[in-house]
Amino acid sequence: MDDKSKETPVLRKTFENELQQLKDEILLLGSMVEQSILESVEALKKRDIPAAERILELDKKVNAKRYAIENQVMIVIATQQPMAHDLRLLASIMEINGELERMGDYAKGIATINIRMGEQALLKPLIDIPRMAQKGVDMLHRALTAFINEDVEAARLIPAEDDEVDALYNQVYRELITLIIQDPTSIERANWLLWAAHNLERVADRVTNICERTIFIATGKIKDIRSSDDEAQKLKNSP
Amino acid sequence: MTHTIEKIKTQRIKVSEKLVYVLETKKLNIYYDDFRAISEVNMKIERNKVTAIIGPSGCGKSTLLRSFNRMNELVQGSRISGEVLFHGQNLYAPDVDPVEVRHRIGMVFQKPNPFPKSIYENIAWGARVHGFKGNMDELVEYSLRQAALWEEVKDILDHSGLALSGGQQQRLCIARALAVQPEVILMDEPASALDPISTLHIEDLIRELSNHYTILIVTHNMQQAARVSDFTAFFNMNGDRSGYLVEYDNTNQLFTMPKNKLTEDYITGRFG
Ligand SMILES: Nc1ncnc2c1ncn2[C@@H]1O[C@H](COP(=O)(O)OP(=O)(O)OP(=O)(O)O)[C@@H](O)[C@H]1O
Ligand SMILES: [Mg+2]
Repeated sequence: MDDKSKETPVLRKTFENELQQLKDEILLLGSMVEQSILESVEALKKRDIPAAERILELDKKVNAKRYAIENQVMIVIATQQPMAHDLRLLASIMEINGELERMGDYAKGIATINIRMGEQALLKPLIDIPRMAQKGVDMLHRALTAFINEDVEAARLIPAEDDEVDALYNQVYRELITLIIQDPTSIERANWLLWAAHNLERVADRVTNICERTIFIATGKIKDIRSSDDEAQKLKNSP
Repeated sequence: MTHTIEKIKTQRIKVSEKLVYVLETKKLNIYYDDFRAISEVNMKIERNKVTAIIGPSGCGKSTLLRSFNRMNELVQGSRISGEVLFHGQNLYAPDVDPVEVRHRIGMVFQKPNPFPKSIYENIAWGARVHGFKGNMDELVEYSLRQAALWEEVKDILDHSGLALSGGQQQRLCIARALAVQPEVILMDEPASALDPISTLHIEDLIRELSNHYTILIVTHNMQQAARVSDFTAFFNMNGDRSGYLVEYDNTNQLFTMPKNKLTEDYITGRFG
């Protein structure tokens, strides 16, 4: 007998593999969503309609993957009867899966704005909107890493960074309102951009939900870190 | 229907309607000769609830269960220290009659064990022994109804209990236990010898019975514990193979967010 065979055997190897596979799939879905957020903004910045159309195609893949993951989670629940930590992990994967898909929808929304704008030029060059996208994606990436590693400390810290995204959003908002006041005919073009910024602001909110799930896996408590639907609060902060 | 059935016997152990906890152990140790099978168990069993006992094989679940109605005394060399309280009174006090204890706290075993008699007699016999003087037909029907077996056997009451299916036999044994009108029913893996459908029947029955009885169930099936019980107690063995209580909590809590790492490992199937 070699030393290895004396170690405690890994019990439920199949189950462990299935859980690992689901985590991998979530990471993959996450990177698809990160890509579509960044590219949708890049395409808007460059007014690149074919690139925007590619985002719509990518979104279909995001949706398909979301349903594949959902299906796999249900199979694992049905066949492995998870309890305790395993159960919380699977419930969280289900939830994060949905959050990611909706984040993908925001990217799709930005691509759609781009396509709808047609021949119209951008009201102004995009500076803060790409920053919002960058920041949101960065938060998302770290939130998913924290989720995979069950790093509760990181998961508790990331949501506070939402303030930076909110600050950028408020800046974009003020700037666009100023432009509208100066030239009321710019209202439609300003509105396109406002919608794009709004979508990115929502991405960061949903990152918070992912962090809440990471904390839930470890503690069993769903803590509302900060209300992600606090639209009223957002409006109050706006000028 | 209970009102039609006369009280079987004057009971010496007083029932306290106010007590939430029907049974309680205090520093309970159970030995087989020198071997301590159960150590220092303190637990309270809530009235009209289902309490599940889970844990690895040999951790003393059956031993503990039997101590709740003094069945362990029938085993040579078995003794206890500490207390088992029933309605706040020590079940092992010298003036307590073990026969009355087993009448008030009934037991259903892993393997259905009907008597080799008619279905009717399976129910009537125990009640008669315990001095039941009322309408026996009524008692038989009442017990079989409570055990969700009446509809299936009402026309064959004179058939042998052994001619029933395993699941039906187990419900007959439950009916037999109910016929003496106990307050507590102890069940040791009552469904482990049954097919999945019969198992679900028994589980539904346990939920139903918990409206009127306090039920303790030992089960190796974690999903079953999760499905039927209100509270779950997880037992493990020490290095000396003596069983001890690791965690005892309401079932929802224990299966979703156990506090102890050992419980977590056990219920998630990663027990080394
Ligand atoms: N009659 C007996 N005489 C001596 N030792 C016994 C007796 N009955 C049980 N034991 C010992 O007491 C310990 C607990 O046994 P018990 O049957 O209560 O375990 P259990 O948890 O019900 O196990 P299982 O899940 O396999 O039914 C075991 O080590 C067992 O060998
Ligand atoms: Mg046993």
